[in-house]
Amino acid sequence: MNLVLCLLSTRAYLSAERIRGIVPGYADAPSDEAFFRMFERDKAELRDLGIPLETGRNSAFDTTDGYRIARRDYELGEIDLEPDEAAAVALAVRLWDSPELTGAAHGALLKLRAAGVDVDDDAPSVVEPKVRTSEPAFGPLLAAVDAKQAVTFTYRRPSSAELMKRTVEPWGVASWRGRWYLVGQDRDRQAPRCFRLSRMVGEVNPIGKPGVVQRPDTVNLMEYVLGAGGDERKTTARVWAAAGRAHGLRRRAKMIGSRVIDGVEGDELEIELFQLESGAGWLAGLGQDVVVLEPEVLRKSVREHLLGVLDASRRQLSTEGWRS
Amino acid sequence: MSTAADRLPRLLALVPYLIARPGIPVEEAAADFGVSARQLRKDLELLWMCGLPGYGPGDLIDLSFEGETITVTYDAGMRRPLRLTAAEATALLVALRALADTPGVDDPDAVRRALGKVEAAAGAAQPAGMVVGLAMREESVIPEVREAVRDAVQRQRALRITYYTASRDEISERVVDPMRVLLVDGRSYLEAWCRSAEGVRRFRLDRIDQIQVLDEPAVPPPHAQQQDVSEGLYRPGDDQSEAQLVLEPDARWIAEYYPVEDLQELSGGRARVRIRYSDTAWMIRLVLAQAGEVAVEEPEELRAGVLERAQAALRRADSVPAS
Repeated sequence: MNLVLCLLSTRAYLSAERIRGIVPGYADAPSDEAFFRMFERDKAELRDLGIPLETGRNSAFDTTDGYRIARRDYELGEIDLEPDEAAAVALAVRLWDSPELTGAAHGALLKLRAAGVDVDDDAPSVVEPKVRTSEPAFGPLLAAVDAKQAVTFTYRRPSSAELMKRTVEPWGVASWRGRWYLVGQDRDRQAPRCFRLSRMVGEVNPIGKPGVVQRPDTVNLMEYVLGAGGDERKTTARVWAAAGRAHGLRRRAKMIGSRVIDGVEGDELEIELFQLESGAGWLAGLGQDVVVLEPEVLRKSVREHLLGVLDASRRQLSTEGWRS
Repeated sequence: MSTAADRLPRLLALVPYLIARPGIPVEEAAADFGVSARQLRKDLELLWMCGLPGYGPGDLIDLSFEGETITVTYDAGMRRPLRLTAAEATALLVALRALADTPGVDDPDAVRRALGKVEAAAGAAQPAGMVVGLAMREESVIPEVREAVRDAVQRQRALRITYYTASRDEISERVVDPMRVLLVDGRSYLEAWCRSAEGVRRFRLDRIDQIQVLDEPAVPPPHAQQQDVSEGLYRPGDDQSEAQLVLEPDARWIAEYYPVEDLQELSGGRARVRIRYSDTAWMIRLVLAQAGEVAVEEPEELRAGVLERAQAALRRADSVPAS
């Protein structure tokens, strides 16, 4: 504390010897070696706290570097929040449920309070959002993003258990719908890629020197994450649903008229599907309560889904029969 | 709890904090810093011994105590808090940006104003390496539903809702007493006491088809407890069944999307998992939708149910001539 006050109050750089002479505590050091050990430790602590410790010489005649803290770099800018703005800050601080971010958010809150802002962090809110960072890869990746350092990790592709070693220059991490993604330049593919943190297997290791990763200025991390979901082309489908069934489908569909199929009363409906493949899976899931009328490609796809279920069941029975 | 590592940042913040609040009670300051009043007094005693070189009476930080309140009389040049570190700026600004883009937040305008002010004060420490999307594209929620829910929670009014229960594929009408709105994993939920179920339920806003704010007050019974959602929304209940599935590589997303237990790697990238479910019809829909990429090993009732529905669906589809 005294070291900070001393270095803040000086315009001239103070040498280590000078500091030793004036800041209480250092005078007790029994030897030069003990003093420098203490001094190095204190400097490291100040830098860890983000205190902008400057080193330099006052003139060409100085033989060693001196130290000072520039007040304008040290001090938090002026800030004054209205009560509703302070409530928003309180909500933001509560957002994190994360070992990495909860503490940092509280550190920021402490400084805002010290700047004279009153923030009631227990104020109730209508919405209580929570963002978790439970993936073990989160901490190392965040550190690598900050250090601008490449990372390597083992990655499991979504549709296979095959593990691949990947080397990525991290641009940032993004959270969408409760999942965290890494966005960066994939060195093996020579292209930007998006990786889900939950699919990283084992440790994330930094590789190469810090400071080498260059994030493109215009990059929008979220666009990569949303883009990973595939394109969204709409298909209009006509389907039949049994009377009183398939409510999830009905609430998104437009009624065209009634129709009897296979001796069962029901309705013809029109529905917009965003992705044909997942739409087919959804309709297949509804079983005999729904029949696809058109388009033909969707009709076929649903049929293939159902045939796939029968095939799998046959395969399973034959392996079990063979085993017993 | 207070540790040595937290102490210097607290001491640095304490003087400007006290300058901004002359005569503040010790207890109140201690609460703001998250420490005990005893710890805060120790901090104040230490500050008393800090100051500028010379360390005479006019150089040391001076505080005056009046009863249980404190006022700074000399600050030794420590008038402003330290700027935000990169990590602090990231944690706060990313959270504010996420809230500003979230449709469910009480007052998006206040969030944006706060964001602008904190950004200006943070100066150089602007985060670019992290972004959080809470529910930016939750466009499937009907705007009137969102408005009515917000209104009912704030004015504590009961709601009549028409709700789609996906697990049972049913639509029902019920009267609920709103408790709060939750935003978990990118979706908004209304947590409320459901008068028909006589229990606390969470309703996904995008599954509320119709809504009406009633003229009667929301009165959740005293034993209605908010659920701790820090571990996610789904908690395995005692009344649930358990299935054993084999997932082909294309169906492995199920193990990421739903809570599963005992994941066992099999040859060819397949995996065997155990998954809990409360509704057999729901589970059958899930398996049918996977086009044979999921095999049911247990229970037999589920395996038979899947097979039967797949066969019946094919028969019915074949009864309609291609158009």
